[in-house]
Amino acid sequence: MDFLQPTSWADALAVRAERSDAVPIAGGTDVMVDLNFDRRRPGALLDLGRVPELREWTVEDGTGGVGATGGVGGSTVRLGAGVPYSRIIDDLGARLPGLAMAARTVGSPQIRIRGTVGGNLGSASPAGDAHPPLLAAGAVVEVESAARGVRRIPAAEFFTGVKRNALEPDELIAAVLVPEAVGPQQFCKVGTRNAMVIAVSAFACALHPDRRAVGTGIGSAAPTPRRAPEAEEFLAGELESAGLWESRGDLPDGLARAFGERVAAAASPIDDVRGSAAYRRHSLAVMARRSVTWAWAEYQQDLRKAA
Amino acid sequence: MDSQITLRVDGAAHPLAVDTRTTLLDALRERLRITSPKKGCDHGQCGACTVLLDGRRVNSCLVLAVTVGDAEVTTSDGLAVDDVPHALHRSFVEHDAFQCGYCTPGQVCSAAGILAEARAGWPSAVTPDVAADTVELTDDEIRERMSGNLCRCAAYANIVPAVADVARAEGVRR
Repeated sequence: MDFLQPTSWADALAVRAERSDAVPIAGGTDVMVDLNFDRRRPGALLDLGRVPELREWTVEDGTGGVGATGGVGGSTVRLGAGVPYSRIIDDLGARLPGLAMAARTVGSPQIRIRGTVGGNLGSASPAGDAHPPLLAAGAVVEVESAARGVRRIPAAEFFTGVKRNALEPDELIAAVLVPEAVGPQQFCKVGTRNAMVIAVSAFACALHPDRRAVGTGIGSAAPTPRRAPEAEEFLAGELESAGLWESRGDLPDGLARAFGERVAAAASPIDDVRGSAAYRRHSLAVMARRSVTWAWAEYQQDLRKAA
Repeated sequence: MDSQITLRVDGAAHPLAVDTRTTLLDALRERLRITSPKKGCDHGQCGACTVLLDGRRVNSCLVLAVTVGDAEVTTSDGLAVDDVPHALHRSFVEHDAFQCGYCTPGQVCSAAGILAEARAGWPSAVTPDVAADTVELTDDEIRERMSGNLCRCAAYANIVPAVADVARAEGVRR
């Protein structure tokens, strides 16, 4: 097995262009499992651990050309694909609360010190913990090739099938562009224990009061991570028509439950060793109801803090 | 394909040629005969292979030896200075925090990691205020932060107080 270890992003892209058979590896927490168990024998590994550009995060303001991802004049975090979860937890809890909340539940502490969002996106598992909060926040994945330069792909279009994504064979994931939170964000997942289990189902939601919108992300309950667009529009519409974005009044009875039902309806789960389709659908409805209740309580509290 | 590397382990440099597929765990155990990191599951589930890489705990079965570079590898053995056991070693013995002992070197390295993480203020999934600058290692925090290390003898009831005592001595627990 060839071991390729570029030390700059330009070199990494050049190596990628020449060796489409190489498996990119960052923290190694997914790839190494396959190697140790002989599930795959790649011709080469492309180690991205020495590429400094991938290990940085920066803030781009709303006018920085990120466009639709930035919200109304909002800032966007450009999170390098190789930033480990532990740094997201330590550095980005306030800017990206949904992603940080999910990051605190990934694998185990040892996994979080090595594992990266870029690796999660590269594996594109329907159960990847980073995916629901990225979908709910309206994140964009930045990929690049030596031949064609940068492409920016909305997270909602990035996942194309079970463990498949929109990357071309000569492309690498450079970063993910995540709008900074302007409202509360929540993440929940169900598993048999807190650490080291793959989620049975997962859900993330985000309130975007600046554009009076709601974001959602469903994990482990469809061939790909996906949003629940009808649930988003339903909740945003109900909040709008009742004037709740301004008044921050209590949610009407049954609204959170109706939102949960619409989230569950957006899933297409299967029965497998981790759980049944019926349980996944039910748990999604519960998680969506609870998480939006928590998010709304936080939205109400923010006003009290400001007042 | 072989690659010539030098591993810095517990303060000593070890030049060796390794197949590029070799994990850090296998390089330590099979090549350098440094056997305190244990192979439990070989896929990051059990934590028996936990070592500190530049002070941060990692599963050495999920790290390729060729990627370690100049980073300092510290095993449970290396936490002892001049053959004097580390406070965590002593506390595990005093609290009878193991039965078979297979997971213990990984537990000890992980515990050393959480003391440093608590001092740095890293929140966990059970931290009440994730924006706070400091973290107190309560029993709940210790359980959550040690969750990447399994003990099949289930000595958890003694591992938590063993870690708690050292946390208190180091000022990250009241």
